Amino acid sequence: MSRYRKIFNRLFTSIFLVVLLSINVESLAQDGAALFKANCASCHKVDKVFTGPALQGWKDRVPGDGWIYKWIANPAAQTDPYATTLKAQYKPTVMTAFPQFKKEDVDAIMKYVDDWKPPVTDVPKSGAPDGSGDSLLFGILTLVLALIAFILLQVNSNLRKLSDEKEGVMHPEPVPVYKNKTYLMAGILLLFLVGGFYTINGAVNLGRQKNYQPEQPIFYSHQVHAGTNQISCLYCHGGAQDSKQASIPSVNQCMNCHKSINKYEGPDVLVRDDGSAVDGTAEIQKLYAYAGWNETTKTYNPDNNKDGIPDGARPIEWVKVHNLPDHVYFNHSQHIKVGKQDCQTCHGNIQQMPEVYQFTELSMGWCINCHRETKVDFYNKDDKSGNKFYSIYEKFHNDLKNHKMDSVTVEAIGGTECQKCHY
Amino acid sequence: MSKKKYWQSFGELNQTESFQEASKNEFQEELLPLSDLDDKGIMDAKTPRRDFLKYLGFSTAAAAVAASCEIPVRRAVPYLNRPDNIIPGVANYYASTYVNGGDTISVVVKQRDGRPIKIEGNELSTITNGGTSAQAQASVLDLYDNTRLRYPMEKTGKGFKEVPGFDAFDKMVAPAIVGKNVAILTGTINSPSTLLIIKDFLARYPGSRHVQYDAVSYSGMLQANEACYGKKAIPSYHFDKAKVIVSLGADFLGTWLSPTEFNNQYSQNRKVKGDKPELSQHFHFESMMSLTGSNADDRYTHKPSETGAVALALLAKLGGAVSAPSIADAKLAKGIDTAAAALTANKGAALVVCGSNDVNIQVIVNAINEAIGANGTSINWAMTSNYKNGIDGDMAKLVDDMSSGAVGAVLINGVNPAYSFSDSKKFKDALSKVVSVSFNGTMDETTELCKYIIPTHHWLESWGDAEPKTGYFSLMQPTINPLFKTRAFETSLLKWSAPAGSLMNDYETYFKTFWNAKLGSTDLYDKALQDGVVEPVAMAVGAASFNGGAVAAAATAIAAIKGGAIEVVFYQKVSVGNGSQANNPWLQELPDPVTKVTWDNYAMMSPAMAKSLLSLDVMNQAGGNQSDYEVHPEKPTVKITVGKNVVELPVIVIPGMNVSTIAVAVGYGRASANPEDTKNNIGRSANGAGKNVYPMVGFNGTNSYSAIATVEKTGNKYPLAQTQVHGFTESRPVIYETNLKSYNANPEALLEEVTKEREAITIGGSKDFVKDATMYPDFEKPGIKWGMSIDLNTCTGCSACVVACTAENNVSVVGKMQVQRAHEMHWLRIDRYFTGDLENPDVVFQPMLCQHCDNAPCENVCPVAATNHSSEGLNQMTYNRCIGTRYCANNCPYKVRRFNWLDYTGADSFPDNQNPMVGTYMDESVLQMNDDLTRMVLNPDVTVRSRGVIEKCSFCVQRLQETKLEAKKQGDPTLVRNVKTACMQACPTHAISFGNVNDKESDVYKIRNVDQKHRSFYVMEQLHVLPNVSYLAKVRNTDRHIGVEEEQHGEKKQDTKAHV
Repeated sequence: MSRYRKIFNRLFTSIFLVVLLSINVESLAQDGAALFKANCASCHKVDKVFTGPALQGWKDRVPGDGWIYKWIANPAAQTDPYATTLKAQYKPTVMTAFPQFKKEDVDAIMKYVDDWKPPVTDVPKSGAPDGSGDSLLFGILTLVLALIAFILLQVNSNLRKLSDEKEGVMHPEPVPVYKNKTYLMAGILLLFLVGGFYTINGAVNLGRQKNYQPEQPIFYSHQVHAGTNQISCLYCHGGAQDSKQASIPSVNQCMNCHKSINKYEGPDVLVRDDGSAVDGTAEIQKLYAYAGWNETTKTYNPDNNKDGIPDGARPIEWVKVHNLPDHVYFNHSQHIKVGKQDCQTCHGNIQQMPEVYQFTELSMGWCINCHRETKVDFYNKDDKSGNKFYSIYEKFHNDLKNHKMDSVTVEAIGGTECQKCHY
Repeated sequence: MSKKKYWQSFGELNQTESFQEASKNEFQEELLPLSDLDDKGIMDAKTPRRDFLKYLGFSTAAAAVAASCEIPVRRAVPYLNRPDNIIPGVANYYASTYVNGGDTISVVVKQRDGRPIKIEGNELSTITNGGTSAQAQASVLDLYDNTRLRYPMEKTGKGFKEVPGFDAFDKMVAPAIVGKNVAILTGTINSPSTLLIIKDFLARYPGSRHVQYDAVSYSGMLQANEACYGKKAIPSYHFDKAKVIVSLGADFLGTWLSPTEFNNQYSQNRKVKGDKPELSQHFHFESMMSLTGSNADDRYTHKPSETGAVALALLAKLGGAVSAPSIADAKLAKGIDTAAAALTANKGAALVVCGSNDVNIQVIVNAINEAIGANGTSINWAMTSNYKNGIDGDMAKLVDDMSSGAVGAVLINGVNPAYSFSDSKKFKDALSKVVSVSFNGTMDETTELCKYIIPTHHWLESWGDAEPKTGYFSLMQPTINPLFKTRAFETSLLKWSAPAGSLMNDYETYFKTFWNAKLGSTDLYDKALQDGVVEPVAMAVGAASFNGGAVAAAATAIAAIKGGAIEVVFYQKVSVGNGSQANNPWLQELPDPVTKVTWDNYAMMSPAMAKSLLSLDVMNQAGGNQSDYEVHPEKPTVKITVGKNVVELPVIVIPGMNVSTIAVAVGYGRASANPEDTKNNIGRSANGAGKNVYPMVGFNGTNSYSAIATVEKTGNKYPLAQTQVHGFTESRPVIYETNLKSYNANPEALLEEVTKEREAITIGGSKDFVKDATMYPDFEKPGIKWGMSIDLNTCTGCSACVVACTAENNVSVVGKMQVQRAHEMHWLRIDRYFTGDLENPDVVFQPMLCQHCDNAPCENVCPVAATNHSSEGLNQMTYNRCIGTRYCANNCPYKVRRFNWLDYTGADSFPDNQNPMVGTYMDESVLQMNDDLTRMVLNPDVTVRSRGVIEKCSFCVQRLQETKLEAKKQGDPTLVRNVKTACMQACPTHAISFGNVNDKESDVYKIRNVDQKHRSFYVMEQLHVLPNVSYLAKVRNTDRHIGVEEEQHGEKKQDTKAHV
């Protein structure tokens, strides 16, 4: 009994310690987060190069322990080799000095940076939850268990052999493990299963482009236009409410605003994914080249070659980010106008994207999932609310009344049938 | 089971051995890649294992390579300046007018992203009432024809060289024609503005003239009317005002004058309405089996040379002062008596039309119409029909004048006399003596010989107007920028005739000024352009005074007409017509409604003639190879000699042909002067399709479309691609039909057998056939349940729906070789059934498409669930799931599922991968459809199917979804009633109704359950597949019993049971 108590005590103490430690970490990190957001976030991101360098992994880069405190207190005064390279890299910007920070403050910030994990976006989930971390854990666990089982089996067979020998029962020469047919078969089977799993997964994912973020002919920031300047999505993508295609605005539509806006002076700093800075004004110049607009005279180029458009003007060849296969019929207006969906449901927080990437999988499973879960704007015969089109669904009206069903999903009105999207 | 026997072929009628063998072996396929293995089987072939490993290795490697490729970067290129009226992805509709050599149909053009992709009928036109024809439907493909001329050209030596720009062309041509007597040679022009421009042009060039030339002319009628009424014109016919219609060889539902208009009128009196319906009665006298003849209530045949005698006999019976010729054929004589009696009984509500081009016969027909009071009632002289104006004599004189030098320059627009003129050699010689300018859009036989070529726009690129009937205008507006460097014919005339400095030197300005002035205001002009038609509020009706002076002379002339032992009659096919659209693969692949042959013309003859001439006894079961005639595409050929012209043509045996008559279609055999150029100049589809028989058309004051011929057997064979023999009904009853008297006596008797059988297979005395006659569960259709109803009474077989379906659904063209192998792709076919007397059978046309069965046999057998059922009653086909087992096609009782045996559309990922097939398995016409230019006609809302998948009618699901979306956007479920499938929209007789059966206000619900419940049946309902397409049984207005019971030993017996 005393033996168990000992174990119990040990266990209790360790759990207590772990909990205490984690609470402690939490409080420190929270301070760090507040400090980071208030002071650093306008120029630094943890995982991305922004105006300043990405902070993740700072410990491996900085020379020595105390360097970081000195640097933060007064960056301009630092002349060591690392500081010099940093300054050269981010010329002409030099980091603002923070002499008011105490050592603990810096520690808290750096702790926050070290513990930082990419935030889970609060926009609707896309498809199945990300289970990669779990599966790794389970995989390792399975491997360990399999190894233990293998060792135990070996031990068992050895012991039996020994005991049998003791009793005088003779055995043929044991087959080494690598020649044992059972093990070989099991190994092949395992290889087949694992290989098959990955092959099929890979095949299924062929042609899918989640997170696809191609470089566009003009660095066009949705963050600047839709985020900071709050331009309605439908101003440029008007097709979304009328047509199957949301449509990319024509150059003349860009020029509606950019005839007068010829310089980028916005608050958002334009940075490419690889960290290189973007000159917004230069990007507007590119637009002028496409439009055939002469900025100095504030007029379109003359049409000397009589092709009906200003000389030099040509349409912009954007790289298409969201590609559906040819056999899929997708209608934007169905989702925007009838389904009353937000653009963000499928395109993510587009107003925060400097350059657009594919936010969702755009796979059939993903579509179907949403159709299964989403409720239609079903007509309510009593208060005459909802879309009157659905008044013809007599059966569902009765079922709702009799509480046989509580809501009508897209699936119920045929939203998962083949010829909704394939014809 | 129905006692009536309906048959598609002689073999089916007689159950010949080869027919039974063929029907057992339903999919007669010699599989392509393994066909060299003979019958030894794959395991006995030389190196099956090595081959297998090779293929396995190659395909694995190919798959690996294909899979490791990076996903291609796709570009999205928006407009530079988006036009206000274009929203990418949303179709626009513009009213316009289909015009082809006088044929005029008001249409609405569907335009997607600036490309016209589909022609629909204009419902605002009271002439067509929203109907179209196969040719109008197909003409959108002509816009993207890759043989279209791309720039103005001048002949230099043997070839042509491009003329840089129109100004250069004007500078070259204008001096060349100055001072010469110019002849403008066109087809029939009924455009008021164009006629005015031509008039002004002629005034600028003294001694010039305008000659209108019709490849198939109506000169006889025009001249007869001049003799009788003093007007060289064709009156308006009103088939809807006639209770009795007698046609003497006029194929007015197929090709005669204005078939779309007449289909619409004709059907109005053929609809079964109310409790005691009345139908018009239609007698047809003809020499061949025409589309109109096959719709007739009573039909009689005679030799072409007897047409005049029949007309005379009819006139004599109606009290005309002519002596009736003796009619040897008792049936025919009896028919004339019956028709005359019916006409007499319905004076003032009767109409006689005649397809002959003989002035004398048309004079007699005028006298008949006078005798029955048609003038001023069903024949309206207050407005003339302006579809055909060509006078054969004028053309003959023009050719003479060109030869003699009296005419120095010829401007040719829209006609092709080097091909279609009866004495084409004389025309060609004459053409070489004058300055010739061609405005034709493609390099046809005539254009090849011209010195200057300035191609004109396609009608979809043009401004224009038409006046098909006096006071009824139809406007044309461009729906796409000209694809090539082409210029309107009218603009050229204006440029060459307008005084210097005139602002009216292009047709667009002229047209706008002309119509603004005519209508009085810009608002009215805009409205007219939007509507597409300008019509008077009330239709003028009037008679013309008849002068019978010519009748006696005409009767004498007719009496002198001599017949021959065998005569040949030349006709136009519903599909290809006079040949101007011969390079249109949609039309070439459209099966002829009567013979079901595609891609060729042929000699139609009766079974009796085939027996005596070729010893080909289609009825002879014991005849060994002879009964194979129908099963194999290779048909025996005959050599037909008319005068010094000889043509060798394959034989199609068709019941209902006159025993002494052979019928051959014009419009085929298009060929360049140098046969090697045909492919490039005339086109890949026209190349090799049929033989030209225009040279056999005689000229005797007017063109004569029949002749005395000698026919001889050749012993050769020629393959014909016929679709009729591909599907069999296994003698299951699919047609229900009765006569009007029986129907009015007891309408319920019509479908009595069906009702009884339905009750017999419903379990346990329950009344619910749908739920209780099956082991399958009944799935509810909670919202919409789509359904279609097709009226067999008003379906005339005109085939506009088939082409409309092809255009709407990107149905591929497979070419002649593949049709021979039963691989045609049409989602909608028109089945033709014969019944009754073998020598003169009744014909029923039944449009057959996917029936969207609620208990679909195809769905149960699909191993991958590629075809399944929607909650709206659609039988859905998912191409990407389909793995091509074809179990579904095997299990479909209606045989409407089509399999993509080859990559017809070029949809598979590797370009040109079908090229190696060309010549062996595939025709070049398929490549024509895959040309980048031609592919612009594709409907972007419908997937282009690739090889190895099944496809079939989808009820135009893209249109259903579009209409539903609109109804949802507006929040108004009644908008769903606006839905129209492509076939329904195209139908000139409105035989097809479509809608939501759950909606008690919908047409389909009312037809099935209220208005037509006694006629509404489902094909093969006893299989309990629960189709969603219902048909309305045919009711014929005749005293004959319809359908004859066929006993096993071939005896015929009147079926009395089915007709109370």
